[in-house]
Amino acid sequence: MSLKPTPVSRASPNRAGATLDAFLRWREASIIVVAILLTIYFQAVNENFLTSANLETVSQFIAASAIIACGEVMLLICGEIDLSVGQVFALAPFLMHFGTNAGLPIIVAILLALVACGLIGAINGFITVKLRVPSFVTTLGTLYILNGVTLTLSHGSPVETGGSEAMGNFLGASPYAEILWAFAAVAVMHYVLRQTRWGLHTIATGGNLIGAAEAGINVARIKIGNFVLTSVLGGLTGILEAHRIGSIDPLAGGTTVMFLAVAAGVIGGTPLAGGSGTIIGALVGAIVLGVLRDGFTLQGINAYTFDIIIGAAILLAMISNIHLGRLRRGGGR
Amino acid sequence: MASALRADNIVKRFGSVTALDGVSMHVEPGEILGILGDNGAGKSTLMKILTGYQSPTSGTLQVHGQDVVLRSVDHARSLGIECVYQDLALVGGLSVAHNMFLNREKLRRFPPGMLDNGEMRRRARQVLEDIGVNIPSVDLEVERLSGGQRQAIAVARAVSSDARILLLDEPLAAMGAREAALIIDLVLRLKARGNLSIIMIMHNYGQTLDIADRIMLMQRGTVTYEKAAAETSVPELMDIVRREYRAVRSA
Repeated sequence: MSLKPTPVSRASPNRAGATLDAFLRWREASIIVVAILLTIYFQAVNENFLTSANLETVSQFIAASAIIACGEVMLLICGEIDLSVGQVFALAPFLMHFGTNAGLPIIVAILLALVACGLIGAINGFITVKLRVPSFVTTLGTLYILNGVTLTLSHGSPVETGGSEAMGNFLGASPYAEILWAFAAVAVMHYVLRQTRWGLHTIATGGNLIGAAEAGINVARIKIGNFVLTSVLGGLTGILEAHRIGSIDPLAGGTTVMFLAVAAGVIGGTPLAGGSGTIIGALVGAIVLGVLRDGFTLQGINAYTFDIIIGAAILLAMISNIHLGRLRRGGGR
Repeated sequence: MASALRADNIVKRFGSVTALDGVSMHVEPGEILGILGDNGAGKSTLMKILTGYQSPTSGTLQVHGQDVVLRSVDHARSLGIECVYQDLALVGGLSVAHNMFLNREKLRRFPPGMLDNGEMRRRARQVLEDIGVNIPSVDLEVERLSGGQRQAIAVARAVSSDARILLLDEPLAAMGAREAALIIDLVLRLKARGNLSIIMIMHNYGQTLDIADRIMLMQRGTVTYEKAAAETSVPELMDIVRREYRAVRSA
């Protein structure tokens, strides 16, 4: 039997054309081009942009949303979302603080805090998967609950992080510590998504829920696992940010960092519909957001305008992803 | 010789609804059984019970003469029962190779847990070649394939493991005559390979008589007619269904 493919291949005139062709079909290509063009533009209008002091600032802004985006992208791929991760971000360093206050070594306190974050993720997942509440609603509920819990536990006031200087530096206080954590998280999660069964099953769960179940994949486990992952990454990011700033703020993180992470994922090429997505794209999406914000700040554009720009960037990214995506799917290989 | 698969007096109730009301059936090694019936006759429910996706309210199953209680799809698979569902259970965004190894991925020994994509590609190509399915590349995402190609991939996936009993749920649904002919060819080629038993849920009487060795007609949760394909005809089958239809209308 000969099942002919639908005619799809487009001839490339030459080698450069073929390379360009391959690049265009590369999922993350469009957003990488945008990141590079923005960097060139901001360096052209303000020569302070690519100085080490400024890169440090940009990298710190990027790191938090990039790490959380690693989790959100996995959730988006399997067809869910976590709105509460910003509140986990705020709660985790307080849990660590209570641990160290009780005399635990900081590493143990952090691990216990992250286990607690994982439990929160498991609850999000359980309510969503087993009790069949849409994750948007589940995590909207836990968002408020966690916010209240953090404010109650902290009495609404910030505390010092404490701990040794070396530990503080490792956990985010040294200039590039946080972005290194972000790169590590991106590398690990990119590997998990592209090279492991967990990643493949996450794509299958979001791409065809019933089909994945029929193939014997435990879709509940995949979804709950990704909720746990997102919460743990959110908690880790909160702890890193607390060490960078040197104080633990009950109002840190919140919906701002959560929406930035989701925006980074979406701008990077992960659709909300599930079934596909990219971790590297989310990192580049976070970079684009960071570059935009910092570049416009250096130009003296205020925070109000920045929201307008982020909104426009999300829409532009989605529109171009949908249409470039069609081009990619239309192409051969 | 024992039947490849045998079901006795299967009952399945969903609350107050009785989907299957004492169905007995069997399929022999190397045989193609065609199951016909109206929507709601219980064909799909029977299929789900034979694949371990649902358990019957009562009744027994035998695989190659052994009594079994199918605990899960994986359990049924381990006994050599494979199914191609009507929705094909393919994931559009994954490659042909990844779809063919969905949930039984090949892994490397090192680093542990890493997908062995090269091995999966190689084996996928081999299986497709063995059963004579021609796909331009196993790296293609399934959403880029035609309906017939997808069906072929799903069938290839089902037989790529050591399937002894293959269940096909409406394999020719929503397919043009030419694509349907390709799938029929594929099924006949699988049959020719030997001791594979095939159970097909079908809609089209003519196609079913062409391809099946034996026909089973299901109506309202029971088997109402069963005969070798060579001993029956489309008019005879139509007649039974027409009588049923008139009975329902006059009731």
